Amino acid sequence: MTAGTSQRPVVRRLNFVDAFLWAFRLVVVAVVVWGTVGTLRLGRYTGEQWVDFVVFGLAQGGIYALIALGYTMVYGILRMINFAHGEVFMSGAYTAYFVAAPLAASGFLNRHPILSLLLLVVVAAAVSLGVAVLVERVAYRPLRRAPRLVPLITAIGASFFLQYAFRGLYGSGFKAYPEFELFKGEWQFLGVGILRTQAVVLVSAAALMFALYQFVMRTKVGKAMRAVSEDKDAAALMGINVDRIIVLTFAIGGAAAGAAGILYALVFKQVHFFMGFVPGIKAFTAAVLGGIGNIPGAMLGGLFLGVVESVGPALFLDGLGIPAPYQLKDVIAFTMLVMVLIFRPQGILGERLAAKRA
Amino acid sequence: MWRVGLVFGAVACFLSLVGLVEALHARWVVDGWVSAGQALLLGVFLASGWVAARRSRGGLASRLGAGFVGGATPGFCVGFLVWLRSQVDLRSMFINASPVLFQLLSGGRPVHVAWIGAVGVGGLLGLVGASGAALPTRVVGPVLVGLGAGVSLGLFQDLVVLILQPEGLAPIRDWLFVAGGGPTAQGAAVVSVVSAAVAAVRPVLRARPTPVLRLPRRAQRVLWGLVGVALLAALPLAGGPFVAQVLVIVGLYTLMGQGLNLEVGLAGLLDLGFVAFFAIGAYTVGLLTSVGEHGIAHWSFWAAVPVAVVVSLIAGVILGIPVLGIRGDYLAIATLGFGEIVRLLVLSDALRPWLGGSQGVLAIPKPVLAGFELSGPQHLYYLTVVASAVVAYVAWRLQDSRLGRAWIAIREDEDVAEALGINLVSVKLLAYGLGAAFAGVGGAIFAVMVGSVFPHSFQLLISIQVLALIIVGGMGSIPGVIVGSAVLIGLPELLREFGEFRFLVYGAALVAMMLLRPEGLLPAAVQRRELHALEEEKEAAVVAPEAAPEGGC
Repeated sequence: MTAGTSQRPVVRRLNFVDAFLWAFRLVVVAVVVWGTVGTLRLGRYTGEQWVDFVVFGLAQGGIYALIALGYTMVYGILRMINFAHGEVFMSGAYTAYFVAAPLAASGFLNRHPILSLLLLVVVAAAVSLGVAVLVERVAYRPLRRAPRLVPLITAIGASFFLQYAFRGLYGSGFKAYPEFELFKGEWQFLGVGILRTQAVVLVSAAALMFALYQFVMRTKVGKAMRAVSEDKDAAALMGINVDRIIVLTFAIGGAAAGAAGILYALVFKQVHFFMGFVPGIKAFTAAVLGGIGNIPGAMLGGLFLGVVESVGPALFLDGLGIPAPYQLKDVIAFTMLVMVLIFRPQGILGERLAAKRA
Repeated sequence: MWRVGLVFGAVACFLSLVGLVEALHARWVVDGWVSAGQALLLGVFLASGWVAARRSRGGLASRLGAGFVGGATPGFCVGFLVWLRSQVDLRSMFINASPVLFQLLSGGRPVHVAWIGAVGVGGLLGLVGASGAALPTRVVGPVLVGLGAGVSLGLFQDLVVLILQPEGLAPIRDWLFVAGGGPTAQGAAVVSVVSAAVAAVRPVLRARPTPVLRLPRRAQRVLWGLVGVALLAALPLAGGPFVAQVLVIVGLYTLMGQGLNLEVGLAGLLDLGFVAFFAIGAYTVGLLTSVGEHGIAHWSFWAAVPVAVVVSLIAGVILGIPVLGIRGDYLAIATLGFGEIVRLLVLSDALRPWLGGSQGVLAIPKPVLAGFELSGPQHLYYLTVVASAVVAYVAWRLQDSRLGRAWIAIREDEDVAEALGINLVSVKLLAYGLGAAFAGVGGAIFAVMVGSVFPHSFQLLISIQVLALIIVGGMGSIPGVIVGSAVLIGLPELLREFGEFRFLVYGAALVAMMLLRPEGLLPAAVQRRELHALEEEKEAAVVAPEAAPEGGC
């Protein structure tokens, strides 16, 4: 991407682009700083509220991180964005609703909350796993050697298909997830009240991520996965069944997304056929933020994005006197996405992504 | 063949549960005999038998056997679904598992009879499919065309009835259709047979030169052009306001498609935020011409359009600058991000005083041309056609220009293009800018068509639809864009009552297109050659070691 120094016009035009990008950076930084100072001077929020924001952000970030794992693992192996991953996330949670509703109606849900939660997670993970594997089989595997644009387009198609398939199957309305009595109210932790759902979500997300990380780092299959993402051909020569590993990657990523779907339903208490789109994009942002292809990076990116998104509207925008800053929550997330892609496509922890990929 | 059958069985059950079968059941293909929903299921059985027969190796008997099993298995699956429904309450989970659907699936018979019946019907159709696979294409092709024509007559019956509305055509109408119902048996049969015959005869006629009608190439072209123009001018008059409205929408998508085609098809820059420019064009016209509270200038439409085009062009360049260095999938996501940012900003309360928030800009007057108000869709249709023609001409001239070739070069390989002295910055920015300008024209017409603009009209869905239509039409091909928008936008608009399933079909069409015909319906020559060269190579590689299969049936 370096310009020939002998050709003056090229250099000048590049400078103009650079100047534009610098201006873009400066404007964003100025908005953030100005807004933060303004908000803090206004003092509209108490310390407790800030803690609430951060905890909520962490819980949401945990969900993003779980979804992001699927993006990052698939990208690590196939170098493609599984655009349909958000729908994989949706499919599990949406299907598990039909288990949760009868459980709640029969009272089992509140008699054995932990057991039911586990059951729901297992159901959601299984469905998402199935959908992810199906998508891989139908939409991606036949195109593994096609030009790069082709699988991306099928991914978009698959994503659409899944959304409207589930809309057709389960209906287009919002479905209210039953609530767990056990998770209502707050727990006191270090003198701060934390909503129980958020604590549960945070702990479960952390546990799942830990388990996954251990799986990838410690087991033989995990080693094979890392080998395939390092070099497919060499891995095949070492006797690794690359196709199987790819399916397995989709399966694991899908299961993680399904579990994340249940956690999402705990926090937001409803499911919908379109619920996968925005979390999907945000989880992708998280994956890029942490360095795509990098598993700890995805976790870190998810938590970071969750916190920024939760704290951001109040911290950056309220001080600017913008009405209803919470509406612009997604703008903050998308701006982060765009800025990461433009300025640091290798992400925070990324090192693998060479310039040619970005 | 079991596996093929099970896959198709899953497809049949899915189509039933997703509601498509029931929705199509509302249309008769042959009044009182077969509905479109039934035709769909029967088609699945047929296809299953066909595929199973194609997959099996061996003589005719074993192929037919495979076809039977291949057809009977999905029949069994459908029967299983019927049985399952008699055991558990499917409706509590699947909203479309309605009594009507199961009445249709079971044919109103008791569960076990229906199950056996489904297996039998499936097996028979599987046999038919298998014999289809055994016959040469010369025979099967016209038969398929005939079946397709018959089904289309049923699906588009409203449109056909509408066109046959005039008094003089009433006898034909009454002969083709049952009053207030679907096609009559004789109507469907004649349409199918005639279409099949035409399809069968066409290649024969093609092969033989017809000296009587030999005109010079140029005159032929002019003649066809005149016919095309006459058809375009007559269409809305024949079809009435509804058809005109559909055509306007097709025209708008063509405009956007031409724009995105410059970016994706020629320059290879996958832009998923394209709807933003459509929105910018619409909002510019809205703000400049509106007589409502958000109007700022009360200009006429004709003065506002050039401004809208320029504003969209500038917006395209401005959003293009930051993403200059990004390629491939990352570019797609980054532009998607931009598109969403624009939509969310417009929707937000922060900009409500200027852009009207979620209510948008209202009271946009219709354009007035020489004292004559272009009010209804029939008038706007001509505006759209003219705009599309202008844009298509510009796109066509751009394609073979120096700039167009530079775009193709960067699509093929950016680094090589840069090494050849192409200025990536300006070439890419021109792609973004011109593409955006085209979309701006579309947005301007959209604003006057609807009479108001609000953020809800500018969802990501539109970007995806535009992308889908260029891909289905054939990337980088200008006629492809028109065909794509006619197929993907026009057909669903005509089949409004199945609107729910439109995006389902889109998604499936995108995937299927990429798997089966990645170059699109009407591909640009380069793409076709490229993809086919690849295929031929592959086929050569596959066929050569195996030695040619024994005989062609």
